Amino acid sequence: MSIQSYCRTLAAKVLRRSEIAHDLDEELRSHIEYRVDDLERSGLTRAEAERRARIEFGGQERYKEECHEALGGNFIETFVHDVRFSLRVLRKSPGFTVVAVITLALAIGANAVVFAVLNALILRPLNLPREHSLYGVERGENGFVSYLDYVDVRDRNRSFESLAAFNITEVGVNAGKEPSRAWAFEISGNYFEALGVRPHLGRVLQPTDEHGVNSVPYVVLSYGYWNSHFQSDPDVVGRTVQLNTHPYTIIGVAPPGFRGTLLFLSPDVFVPLVNHDELSANGELNARSKHWLFEMLGHLKPGITPAQATADLNSIGDYLQKTYPKEEPQWKFRLARPSLYGNFLGNPIRAFVAGLMLLAFLILLAACANLGTLFAARASDRSREVALRLALGSTRNRILRQLLTEAVLISLLGGTVGLLGSIVLLRHLSAWQPFPRFPLQIPVNPDANVYTMAVVLALLSGLLFGIVPVRQVLKANPYEVVKAGSSGGVGRQVSVRDVLLVTQIAICAVLVTSSFVAVRGLIRSMHSNFGFEPRDVVLAETDLSMAGYRGEMVPTMQRRMFDALETIPAVKAVGLVDEPPLSMGGMTTTVYSDKTTDMRSSNAAASPWLYKVSPGYFDAAGTALLAGRTFSWHDDDKAPRVAVVNREFAQKLFGSIENGIGKYFKLRDGALVQVVGIVEDGKYFNLAEDSKPAMFFPLLQSPWADTWLLVRSNGDLQDVSAAVRSKLRELDPGLFAYIQPWTTELQGVLFPSRMATLSLGVLGMMGAMLSITGIFGMAAYSVSKRLRELGIRIALGARSEEVLRAALGRALKLLAFGSAAGLILGLLATKVLASIVYQASPRDPMVLAGVIVAMSLLGLLATWIPAQRALSVDPLILLRDE
Amino acid sequence: MNEQAQLLPGTLDLLILKAVSLGPLHGYGVLLRIGQISGQALLIEQGALYPALFRLVRQGLLKASWGTSENNRRAKFYELTAAGRKRLREETEGWNRLATAIGSALAARPEEA
Repeated sequence: MSIQSYCRTLAAKVLRRSEIAHDLDEELRSHIEYRVDDLERSGLTRAEAERRARIEFGGQERYKEECHEALGGNFIETFVHDVRFSLRVLRKSPGFTVVAVITLALAIGANAVVFAVLNALILRPLNLPREHSLYGVERGENGFVSYLDYVDVRDRNRSFESLAAFNITEVGVNAGKEPSRAWAFEISGNYFEALGVRPHLGRVLQPTDEHGVNSVPYVVLSYGYWNSHFQSDPDVVGRTVQLNTHPYTIIGVAPPGFRGTLLFLSPDVFVPLVNHDELSANGELNARSKHWLFEMLGHLKPGITPAQATADLNSIGDYLQKTYPKEEPQWKFRLARPSLYGNFLGNPIRAFVAGLMLLAFLILLAACANLGTLFAARASDRSREVALRLALGSTRNRILRQLLTEAVLISLLGGTVGLLGSIVLLRHLSAWQPFPRFPLQIPVNPDANVYTMAVVLALLSGLLFGIVPVRQVLKANPYEVVKAGSSGGVGRQVSVRDVLLVTQIAICAVLVTSSFVAVRGLIRSMHSNFGFEPRDVVLAETDLSMAGYRGEMVPTMQRRMFDALETIPAVKAVGLVDEPPLSMGGMTTTVYSDKTTDMRSSNAAASPWLYKVSPGYFDAAGTALLAGRTFSWHDDDKAPRVAVVNREFAQKLFGSIENGIGKYFKLRDGALVQVVGIVEDGKYFNLAEDSKPAMFFPLLQSPWADTWLLVRSNGDLQDVSAAVRSKLRELDPGLFAYIQPWTTELQGVLFPSRMATLSLGVLGMMGAMLSITGIFGMAAYSVSKRLRELGIRIALGARSEEVLRAALGRALKLLAFGSAAGLILGLLATKVLASIVYQASPRDPMVLAGVIVAMSLLGLLATWIPAQRALSVDPLILLRDE
Repeated sequence: MNEQAQLLPGTLDLLILKAVSLGPLHGYGVLLRIGQISGQALLIEQGALYPALFRLVRQGLLKASWGTSENNRRAKFYELTAAGRKRLREETEGWNRLATAIGSALAARPEEA
């Protein structure tokens, strides 16, 4: 039959359902009447003839249904029937339904959330056209290059359509009213053009705007900033604003979807890169040896592979090295996805999210295994019903279809609930700002990808666990089951179900173990020695260049701020630092022994963290001085160059602390520096790091406009913050300062380990819940299967522990086996965890004990109800039932 | 009753086609006609007839229309379509071939093997 006519019958059937049913009724009635006539003629009474005719005909309903099926196109009808029937069945066992739906909702919700994050961070991070060919270029250890490097690479490469560059900075914006701080991308003239981004209003910066240093007094606003700070004024183009007290003309507004080319920081304004010196007051633009430019990026030309591009870039690198041997280190170029600071943040984040996705997927598998077990248990509980239906003439196909409909219905229900939950969670996640100072904008709102993924997963898992009882139904022999009642012992050999359960318990134990390790690590890291004491300290970050300070004015103003803050009552110490340790920034530089003459990076003695600090810093930070002295205001640009180093530095360069004082070391530019003091080691970049060398230079010998004031006091932090604010305002009302307690600022550095702990904790809880339902299902199943045996045992005088052992021994054995396997795997997994979480040590008796207690509790909880049922078996009732 | 043979699977359709080919019939009539032409030797469950009729209609081998029978009862009459006639011819040939083959196979004697 052709598809067309099939569709016609289908349509006819759906549209004329009642008509066909009526037709069929009438036809069968006429048949029976003919038969009655015949029988009457053969001598029966009319009533007797009618009775006989009906008996001869057989089950009318069954034939009617077969007629419907024979007509074809009753797929939808059967489906509706099945759905109705399934709903009725599910409503009859609400406990089972709720457990199943919640299990799936959790598993699918977890998958949806993690997938949405994966989607936002990795699959489609920047939402730019042709993102697949967009690459960032990195060089050296931290990826930074100098502006002149960029210009050379831009002009000499043959691989990129157009190579752009950008740098991150903060600027003070004065649009006529209150001055405020804003995050800015300093961009090359071809930035927008290279990315293919068109303005929402006005125009964007162009290569033709650039005519050398500080030549482009133009600014482009981001759409969000235009909204919030200019009330979406359509006439904003052409207006002049002050950036760091210099006049800039607004030439355009970026389009709404464009948030710059970094995921973790979305800029408020775009300013010209060639004006870097004017905006930062550092004079770095034409210094080839200063590598400060954040990232270069662009689209590869069609047909160029990343490997070809890298080779092309490295040949330029060789040329640069040959031409400028003093300034250019031997750094290799690499290509990377631009969205997450290339490989630096990208790799760990990708690994972390991929790991999470794997765990979430395992949880879904565990959930399916669980529900499969539950379904199989139910199918065997319902074997009488199935047998009855088979005996009454239902086909196995029909029964299987109905069971699958039930499974898919549950999975879709669970999927919907899970998806709704994840949408709520993702909303919060999108609005979440874990770092108060950085405008994080990662919209992880679910899109079509996420919805599709959730629905597909729901359907797949429904089919997966719906298939588990299929074999059972196919095997069912209606006569045997109805005759013998449900007996048949639980399989004695290891079944697929057992393996599933052990696997699942092992997964759960891995998750529980890792989350325990993470929590312990987190608690330890909060109480570890940072090499400074953040409590009782208020931080105030000011960037003097934003308020128009230049050259000599900078140190003078810094001294005035220092003096003013010292006069606040309750203040014990004040210090300035260019960037406090553990603030997610900072810089390292290479140092050499005092006899080195060849300043190649391979000859470096160490590459310590470098901090520029004022007198009083070590007191204010609470860093202990081990030997020598700290700085005074006399260590200025007229005095010989000095440094304070940490213990690790002293040991590395001079062998011991005692040896270090008074010794010299060399910088890259050849300058000799004398060590005058040695302080304790600390944590500089993250809490998980080993001891690293660090050195401190006097701020007066290496001036820096963007500094943090540390104010240690024994007063209330809120009062001190207010006092600091008013003192700074008195000195210069145009100065903007971020003021907050140091402990708050440190939240940022704890973020990764917190995040890891949180995600592992949530997944661990889910794993635990799944294991509970899994063990519960298994135990309940085995108890219900052996109810009669248990009853006989009790009747023969078995004691409760014997009954329990018989009923639950197997489940508990599986639990113990799975937990042990999981614990071992979990301990192995903590090696990975150690890179994220501080001191994540697996050999921690607390962790071991915690995991064992948790798993035992879990087992107790899961077997409680089946155990009660096994113990309360009444042999009399059971035997009567037979 | 003992004289009646069980229908082989798949032969019901063929019998219906044959019965209807002799002239339009309603359902009960099909039953009577099969009984008549088979000399009451074939047992057909009354109810099972209808799914088969519906299936043949759907396959386009039969067409059905409501009409009035000899004793003035409304009934649904079935008649053969062109496709039905063709199918009947094919199936009859197939059946005859099969019957001959089975018959000669069963008639074989030891010395012929």
